[in-house]
Amino acid sequence: MNTKICVTAQGPTLEAPVDDRFGRCANFIFVDSDTLEFEAIPNPGAMASGGAGIQAAQFIVDHKAKIVLTGHVGPNAYNALNAGGVEVYTGTSGTVRNAINQFQSSQLTKTSSPTAPAHTGTGRGRGRGRGGGRGRW
Amino acid sequence: MKIAIASGKGGTGKTSVAVNLALSLRDSVQILDCDADEPNVHTLLPLTQDQIQPVFTMVPEFDETKCTRSKNCSAFCPTHAIFVSDQGITFFPEICIGCGGCILSCPSQAIQEGQRQLGVLHQGMTAPGIEVVYGELDVGEPFVVPVIKAVKDQAKNSEGTVVLVDCPPGVSCPMVESVHGVDYCLLVTEPTPFGLHDLRLAVDTVRQLNIPIGVIVNRAGIGDQQVFTYCASEDIPILLEIPHSREIAELFSEGIPFTQRMPDWQSKFRELFQVIQEGIRK
Repeated sequence: MNTKICVTAQGPTLEAPVDDRFGRCANFIFVDSDTLEFEAIPNPGAMASGGAGIQAAQFIVDHKAKIVLTGHVGPNAYNALNAGGVEVYTGTSGTVRNAINQFQSSQLTKTSSPTAPAHTGTGRGRGRGRGGGRGRW
Repeated sequence: MKIAIASGKGGTGKTSVAVNLALSLRDSVQILDCDADEPNVHTLLPLTQDQIQPVFTMVPEFDETKCTRSKNCSAFCPTHAIFVSDQGITFFPEICIGCGGCILSCPSQAIQEGQRQLGVLHQGMTAPGIEVVYGELDVGEPFVVPVIKAVKDQAKNSEGTVVLVDCPPGVSCPMVESVHGVDYCLLVTEPTPFGLHDLRLAVDTVRQLNIPIGVIVNRAGIGDQQVFTYCASEDIPILLEIPHSREIAELFSEGIPFTQRMPDWQSKFRELFQVIQEGIRK
């Protein structure tokens, strides 16, 4: 039976590098495990101010993917994906095509816990920091 | 009458001003310590009896048996705190802002209002004639504003009571929530480039709320003249200068408000209050 795999990617093709970030990846590539037919969709939550991981998990279950291949996954995203019955494989490298090959040849291990702390993918987006610099020593 | 004591920069002396002003007026004064991340008025003015009550925020409660998996709640949620799959609903309470939009968006009335404790409210008399109210946000909670609202809800509206609102530093939501609705805003700054930078931000914020402003320069004598030049050019009155003094700093380090040992300053704070009253009438 065909399975829909979602790979987080920096670009919209199978030759694009895998995006290490889950919730704030640039694109989701939904790939048919048998035919390798794919659909690339820009991540609507890439610039979300918060809750990007949960939003991404919702997007993936809404698109009926059962497997996620990515770099790292945070606690909220992991818990959501787990609740939605989606298997998560982390630590992928190279291109999207390469990640699919790694998965299909059982080189990736299924993640059973978050692999990154919350807000890892926010990079320089420090707008979340509340009342920084209180200047009290 | 409600007077906010705010600043952009932290550590400029807001609490010191609020407490010394309260002690100088001494009659029918209420201090609302709105810095619920780090309340400290009570360290200078200990409560003689402390009445404690919990502060709650609204959170949705889901009835899975009524859920039709429309996913409207998840699509609406501005902070993405709700995840819905065929397996069920997963809710992330710590990022919920309690807006209630999920309840309104649900087509099958599967969501009801519940509540979750975010912190506590302390309330009690300190010196005779002075009541202190402060909030304390629970460790790990990201949203302080509901606790600040709970503190402000305790404000006395009677004519003769002077309510002093000790605000959190910064110019983001917690500060705006604290300053909102007051009659006058004192901005405490220090006369340094850093002090001026954050004073400008605070002035811009408070002006948008249409609240009259007066500045108190604390630690006067350090830094440079730029704060004074700025206030003159913006037509902002400088109501008081508190000198950079070892005596004041030593008293503060022992938890003693300086007006208690330097009684001349009580009349200066009372004069300050007169000027604020005139500023409100204008």
